[in-house]
Amino acid sequence: MIWNKERETLPRAELEALQLSLLREQVARVYESVPFYRQAFRAVGTRPEDIRSLDDLRRLPFTRKSDFRDNYPFGLLAVPRAQVVRIHASSGTTGKPTVVAYTRADMDTWREVCARNLVAAGVTADDTVQIAMAYGLFTGGLGWHDGSEHIGAAVVPMSSGNTKRQIMLIQDFEVTVFCCTPSYAIFIAEQADEMGVDLRQTNLRIGIHGAEPWTGGMRREIHDRMGLDPIDTYGMSEIIGPGVSGECQYHCGLHINEDHFLAEIVDPKTEEPLPYGEVGELVVTTVTKEALPVIRYRTGDITRLNPAPCACGRTLARMDKVRGRTDDMLIVRGVNVFPSQIETVLLQVEGMLPHYVIAVDRERGAMDDLEVWVEVSEEMFTDNIARLKTLRERAEYEMRETLGIQARVKLVEPNSIERSMGKAKRVIDRRELYAPQKPA
Amino acid sequence: MRITQVSAFMENRPGRMLHVFNLLSEANINLVAHNIVDAADFGILHMLVDQPALAMQVLRDAGLTCRSTLVLEVTVPDEAGAFVHRVLRPLAEANVNIEYSYAYSSQCEGEARSVIKVDDLERAEQVLKGLIDG
Repeated sequence: MIWNKERETLPRAELEALQLSLLREQVARVYESVPFYRQAFRAVGTRPEDIRSLDDLRRLPFTRKSDFRDNYPFGLLAVPRAQVVRIHASSGTTGKPTVVAYTRADMDTWREVCARNLVAAGVTADDTVQIAMAYGLFTGGLGWHDGSEHIGAAVVPMSSGNTKRQIMLIQDFEVTVFCCTPSYAIFIAEQADEMGVDLRQTNLRIGIHGAEPWTGGMRREIHDRMGLDPIDTYGMSEIIGPGVSGECQYHCGLHINEDHFLAEIVDPKTEEPLPYGEVGELVVTTVTKEALPVIRYRTGDITRLNPAPCACGRTLARMDKVRGRTDDMLIVRGVNVFPSQIETVLLQVEGMLPHYVIAVDRERGAMDDLEVWVEVSEEMFTDNIARLKTLRERAEYEMRETLGIQARVKLVEPNSIERSMGKAKRVIDRRELYAPQKPA
Repeated sequence: MRITQVSAFMENRPGRMLHVFNLLSEANINLVAHNIVDAADFGILHMLVDQPALAMQVLRDAGLTCRSTLVLEVTVPDEAGAFVHRVLRPLAEANVNIEYSYAYSSQCEGEARSVIKVDDLERAEQVLKGLIDG
């Protein structure tokens, strides 16, 4: 099944013509209405009328996550505040969150692209979809919620957590589609085992997953233990939220909704565009977004593109499952975490610097485990154990309150944190989330 | 009397105590008393040594986080109730809080020695006057 047959199966030449006309309109609009973009265009010497072909995309400046922070909260808005009907936010690189906004038309676009991904995964109006992604500022929960309703499926808005109840409702409501992060799927399977529930005997048939990297091994495990077809999806709030791309039932890449989101692959070092098939950083330009359009947004995700038509009939190019990051961003339980954010929090707790390391682990069947190891300096050390414990608790509290992440702080002896080339290694990720990469 | 105690931060894992005490031993520093307070994954080692300044230097040079603290050494007769009546009750009545305390042997027969760390050193000294000079 294809939700929007006309758009999703457009011959490439027609698709590209549509993309070019949308791009030209978008570029003219942001140049006109967003001072940030006007300045950025001038800095690289590009005027809107210079965009005459899709190839000219390379003449436009990049947008980065830090630009959201620098223009916090509404500096990147391309419409008057009155036209905004929804505001979401995700964690930023430091302190301030990344804010995104939607007009009524953007909400329609969002529903549409999520609906396409769901239908490509095999979801129909007859399905009952349990959304176990967080509702709130995070785009995951509400994005899939609206997309599911749009295709006429019955939505069970459970949000994340409350695992036993999730399992009860899967059984009682005869849920057929389960939407969650891959690590939560495995956690659910584990809990079901403990409760003596065999999820393979339920009506579950499709898993909509995303928001964090996962391996083929995890996919097989989710398939075998939950008795459903796990589908990979991709999105990020800076672009729209979920709905940027998703797999069809052939599992051979994630179809990008290219009539809304133009995708390029660039070499993260030279910043030059790379041809189809080559691995590099995904860069996305939104051509229909009204409230918060992004021009050449550097996603930081490493993948490659394949424009060949798919067996499912779609002509939309496919991206590979994301195989890594260009920066040090971690995704822990679906939440983006930058080491710099943790550093900012530690700075607020006296003595808790400069030596720390972030350790992420995932035990079998368990959720990601985030630990921050802090070397105990003489400034923070006292002979009183209660004071040390209080310091540790304060750091844990600050991280929970300001970053929304549950991290355990572990106090360690000085020099016990590995230093390479005089520079402290900040992150130890033992999860092995990405498929091994071929040596460069 | 006021004495200087050396405290060191230690991770709670095999060999850490050995490491610290070995450093002192190699520097020919004698350990008079010690005690460990632990918080599951880490602990604080409190030490009374015959050369506190040298001990601090040795431990710091080895990269350990340490600190010197003034504590009170109290000596009471080695008999039932002595510590209660002569130390704990007077301090409690004077509203002085004891953060931690540990006992150790005395070279003199009939005597018991303890170290107490209090929240108000001067007040404790006044209250225990006589005992702490003993």
